[in-house]
Amino acid sequence: MVSYLRTRLLGMVLTVLIVLVFVFFIARLAPGDPAELLLGPDASAADAEALRERMGLNLPVPVQFLSFLGQLLRGDLGTSIFYRQPVLEVMAARAEPTILLTLMSLAIAVTIALPIGIYGAYRRGGAFDQGAVAVAMLAAALPNFWVGLLLQKYLGTDLGWFPVSGYGNPDASIWERVQHLVLPSIALGFAQSAIILRFSRASMLDVLGDDYIRTARSKGISERRVVLRHALRNALIPIVTVIGLSFALLISGAVITERVFNLPGVGSLIVGAVLRRDYPLIQAALIVVAALYILVNFLIDMIYLAIDPRVKY
Amino acid sequence: MSAVTASATHAGPLRVLLQNRVVTLSIVVLGIFAIAAIFAPYLTPYQPNGLSMRERLLPPSSEHWAGTDELGRDIFTRLIYAGRVSLAVGLGVAALASVFGVVLGILAGFFSRLDPAISRLLDAMMAFPDVLLAIALLAAFGGSLLNLIIALAIVFTPRIARVVRASSLVVRELTYVEAARALGVSTPRILFHHVFRNITSPIIVQATFIFAAAMLSEAGLSFLGIGIDPSMPTWGVMISAGRQYIDTAGWLILFPGLAITICVVALQLTGDGLRDALDPRIRKSI
Amino acid sequence: MHTSSPPLAPPTLEVTALQTSFIYKRFSVKAVRDVSLRLERGKTLALVGESGSGKSVAALSLMGLLPPAGRIVGGQAVYRQADGTTHDLARLQRRQMRRLSGPDLAMIFQEPMTSLNPLLTVGDQIVEMLLTHERLSREAARKRTLDILRLVEIPAAERRIDDYPHQMSGGMRQRIVIAMALVCNPALLIADEPTTALDVTIQAQILDLMRRLQAELGMSILFITHDLGVVAEIAHQVAVMYAGEVVEQAEVGQLFSSPAHPYTQGLLSSIPHAMRKNPEEGRRARLNPIPGSVPPIHALPEGCTFRPRCPHSEQRCTLPVTLETAGPGHRTRCWKWEAVQWSTRH
Ligand SMILES: Nc1ncnc2c1ncn2[C@@H]1O[C@H](COP(=O)(O)OP(=O)(O)O)[C@@H](O)[C@H]1O
Ligand SMILES: [Mg+2]
Repeated sequence: MVSYLRTRLLGMVLTVLIVLVFVFFIARLAPGDPAELLLGPDASAADAEALRERMGLNLPVPVQFLSFLGQLLRGDLGTSIFYRQPVLEVMAARAEPTILLTLMSLAIAVTIALPIGIYGAYRRGGAFDQGAVAVAMLAAALPNFWVGLLLQKYLGTDLGWFPVSGYGNPDASIWERVQHLVLPSIALGFAQSAIILRFSRASMLDVLGDDYIRTARSKGISERRVVLRHALRNALIPIVTVIGLSFALLISGAVITERVFNLPGVGSLIVGAVLRRDYPLIQAALIVVAALYILVNFLIDMIYLAIDPRVKY
Repeated sequence: MSAVTASATHAGPLRVLLQNRVVTLSIVVLGIFAIAAIFAPYLTPYQPNGLSMRERLLPPSSEHWAGTDELGRDIFTRLIYAGRVSLAVGLGVAALASVFGVVLGILAGFFSRLDPAISRLLDAMMAFPDVLLAIALLAAFGGSLLNLIIALAIVFTPRIARVVRASSLVVRELTYVEAARALGVSTPRILFHHVFRNITSPIIVQATFIFAAAMLSEAGLSFLGIGIDPSMPTWGVMISAGRQYIDTAGWLILFPGLAITICVVALQLTGDGLRDALDPRIRKSI
Repeated sequence: MHTSSPPLAPPTLEVTALQTSFIYKRFSVKAVRDVSLRLERGKTLALVGESGSGKSVAALSLMGLLPPAGRIVGGQAVYRQADGTTHDLARLQRRQMRRLSGPDLAMIFQEPMTSLNPLLTVGDQIVEMLLTHERLSREAARKRTLDILRLVEIPAAERRIDDYPHQMSGGMRQRIVIAMALVCNPALLIADEPTTALDVTIQAQILDLMRRLQAELGMSILFITHDLGVVAEIAHQVAVMYAGEVVEQAEVGQLFSSPAHPYTQGLLSSIPHAMRKNPEEGRRARLNPIPGSVPPIHALPEGCTFRPRCPHSEQRCTLPVTLETAGPGHRTRCWKWEAVQWSTRH
């Protein structure tokens, strides 16, 4: 257990390091001089040179990388060129809609897709199953901003059931804010449900063919019990993994969905940063998202410990 | 003893592929899209950027099959010209990602000293959400059609590389490769002859899925206004530009959305079909 | 074992001309084409045959456990309860089958490593069986489970009852599967190659255990194997399967001393001579392929399916063959059985 944790953590640290190298060089590749960008077009050459010196941009690249690491370790991810504030503060201020949006869409996707996938597998090849597979295929193929636009028009503008866009007034209650997230969450959850449906179906199909299911049936217990007690629990194990891996997809979707619905979240922030070439912000966002992904997948490994007695790290 | 009276098990991959009516239909649909893209100028009397202020926002009619947009441009014409770009992006990304992925995958699978580094790199790349990584790369490279293709190819490289790595690990252990080594056949030749022949099927399957995913990503990025110059029509650009008119002229976003969806569904079905047809394991297990 | 008088009591299980196919969209597989069996109360009937001859499919048909594509397409399988009530297992509703599974019919599967649910403790899996069929409290069920674990000789049963399957060896797991099958005291136990996956010492232990349990609990056993040594050790009656058909059934001594089907004869001649005189000695012997191979199901020859490999075959063998009586309780699917028996003796 301890040795497993040690190798696992070491692996995580290595992956994070590679992420950092990657991000560091992406930012270095960018056209334009960060110092000039930071100062704006009116600054004098001398000022720019002074700032470059102060930012360490004149040092050799490996030294720059080390000082970049040093700053990270002190929790300093840099200062946004546009907002002129530490990037972490800028991101923290925008975190709420993004976190709520991803959680709500995941909840929607899981509640819809898991039962459908499992029931479809149980009735493999039947009308319900074929319908479910077709819908999942479609859900995976629909561009999610397009779905978002259609939801906005039909459920928002035409039927008036939910707010069409934005996140409410600055002093809106949490309830109002959540209402603003309903349509975005449906749009994002729909796309997400495609993968979860396909995987839960496949995983259930796999399990239903396993020998212990036959053994369970040979005991004369009810079908319900065979499916819920014996098959489902085993099928859930790979499904949990996929939910973890789909975290990256969820973030991708959130970036686009936030733009469709004008949500002031981290996704919109990143798109804005790219359009404004706010490299420190882009860089920090990449690091935070990748670190979250790595963390989520680590937590999922820990979940295995709880649900699978065979896993003893 | 376990032989069965199946024709499917004895047919070649192509037969198996075409036996499935859904897959056949998908291939036909893709063929139509390809022909429309290639012969675009001959299929329509209009220019994709031919403005006509008198014909703004006309609904679909016999003259303008898919209506016109806010500048009076024929939407059907723009759709097929946009298809050129969208399909080119999908195809380019799939091809380039395959090249990158094969190189990385074979290096990792065949040279155990390189494996940890490459595997970690792939892990790290998978930790970035597709769209996010693509926009970061585009921010670094600068936006252009070529850079978009390169950025998306980098994003999708790990998918190919992992498959190739896994297959090369398997092939490396096969006795005939060891035998070839023992006979003094040079390593590159072994790689080329034995490994490549064994990994083409999974690559083709993955590349098809990447084609679809790249088209969706391109649409998303165009919608965000990142990557492609908005004056060049792609399906994503068309939706993005048409969103203001969603209440008054829904056809502006309806048709490009349908085009993406149909194309992606057809690609995915073809990918599924290819996987079943090319994967002997699945065929054997009926 | 040497009485060859006709049986008096009606048999526990009588299978007649059972046929099972796997039906897929484009094709179907006739896995079991004609199986007839007769199993006396409290006795063991061994079903032998090469791998792929349809033994498992036949057993799963009886238990109503065929995979989705599998269908019983003909024949009957009459199971007779102790009170004389009969059920045709080939036509039973799912609900009735569920009621019989456990207290009447139970099955042990071939693969001890995969037949137990990895996420439940072995105790829970046995308790579940008990609670389904008997009105018991949890504590009482657990106590019964402990008893049965001791009966199948699980050491330190109080501790092992809370183990998960992966914490046990293959032999231990097979004991668990046996315990689970026996806990509701079934009248008929179907054991599908219960020892094939185990090593030789464990195999001997399990066979001993099963024999002892049969003596104690008085159940009938349908014992599937492809190991003639095991047959000699455990069976009273033997049925031989070839390409989806039972080609011969006889009392064990009779079958070993005077087989009346050339396939059986071939099987026996491929094991050491000593064994036929004294079956105990040759118990490690396995079925050895006879020259040629089993024909694929979709290309079965007309008439007798064994004809292409048969040293006795002649023109008439292309005609359909029926079961012939070669002696008391001895049936064979070969019309030349007399010549075959004669050739064995000489
Ligand atoms: N699910 C299935 N679908 C199609 N054919 C099957 C299936 N299961 C078994 N068979 C076929 O039925 C025949 C008998 O198999 P089986 O009963 O497992 O043989 P045995 O137990 O005697 O080794 C084999 O030819 C096998 O290929
Ligand atoms: Mg078997």
